[in-house]
Amino acid sequence: MSKVRSVGEEVWKHKTDKINSELLTLTYGSIVAQLVADFDHDYAKVNKQLDKMGYNIGLRLIEELLAKTGLPRCQNFRDTAEAVAKVGFKMFMNITPTISNWSVDSKQFSLVFTENPLAEFVELPDKPNARDLWYSNIYAGVIRGALEMVQLQVEAEFVSDAVQDPSLPTEIRVRLVKVLEDEIPPGED
Amino acid sequence: MADRTPIVHSSTVPGGVTQLRSASSQASLVESARKGAIYERSLQRKRGEVSESVMALVICEAVQYLQKQAKGIADLEDRLNRLGYHMGQRVLELITLREGKSAKRETKVLGILQFIHTMVWRTLFGRPADALERSTEDTNQYMIIDNDPLITRFISVPKDMAQLNCAAFAAGIIEAVLDASLFTAKVTAHTMGTPQTPDKTVYLVQFESLR
Repeated sequence: MSKVRSVGEEVWKHKTDKINSELLTLTYGSIVAQLVADFDHDYAKVNKQLDKMGYNIGLRLIEELLAKTGLPRCQNFRDTAEAVAKVGFKMFMNITPTISNWSVDSKQFSLVFTENPLAEFVELPDKPNARDLWYSNIYAGVIRGALEMVQLQVEAEFVSDAVQDPSLPTEIRVRLVKVLEDEIPPGED
Repeated sequence: MADRTPIVHSSTVPGGVTQLRSASSQASLVESARKGAIYERSLQRKRGEVSESVMALVICEAVQYLQKQAKGIADLEDRLNRLGYHMGQRVLELITLREGKSAKRETKVLGILQFIHTMVWRTLFGRPADALERSTEDTNQYMIIDNDPLITRFISVPKDMAQLNCAAFAAGIIEAVLDASLFTAKVTAHTMGTPQTPDKTVYLVQFESLR
């Protein structure tokens, strides 16, 4: 599977237009703050909205990933995990989360982040319920959206986040719900 | 709250007469010590890079989200401006802290505009803006010009919304930096495309008239 890693690195190095990550960090922070204000500190709703935005982004990022890497279809969910962590996150965010905690049936795994460009400079307010906010929940949506486009229906959610408590890892749990059947795309009319 | 033990260093309470810190601020000190890690990290460290596509798609989602709530094009631009404003306040803080002792509070109009044109733009977009001009008609009006704004590079505006310029977001950043430096101004973004630079954007900085 080291081949997958080199694909991700190759695309990041030679085929990706890059920007300063602080621009993204600050923009994302501004968006989250706006959502928190709009939803009046109802963090469940903020999480949901971030997930939705991520989903839309995932639908489009997967196209770029496939076009730039020409990766073959994954044979099993373990291949998928490798592709998400070592190609997806590498070529878009220049980070490689660790894959861990596989379930026995190989249908669930965790992505553990040691660094997270979205959460640089971030400190949650002291309000007691601020811990309900999954600050980087957009990632969960991206994973869900991107994998749905390759016929994998998954659930992705945060288990813990270092932004909430630095003694915990930043961890996203991904569960395979089912492999979707190829569908004939709806006609034009 | 019960698990937080207030820390009182006897040495910091002179003679035990005046307690310098209230119990609540001690509690929040303990709290921030727990979260702590973030303050230990160096601000000087540059944070690396991410893919431009991600940035474009995040902006795209933000615009769509705001558009659903907006009552019209002007309102949408206002909302984008506010989003940028929030960011501008933090950008200024970040740059100033990084400059450390050499940081300087700009007290001249030209100084602060050059700071935005060069430092702010370089920090965010990796290069200075393309030009800084003063209006010949109105002496309180300046223009910061970007020939290819990163923010709108992948946005195509539908014909029925032709006046919309999503660079209103960057205008908000400029406005925040000016406001924080006590140069109150209204900043708006206008598309002034030319055949060579179709996305050329002029940020119009309108200072309040002195009289």
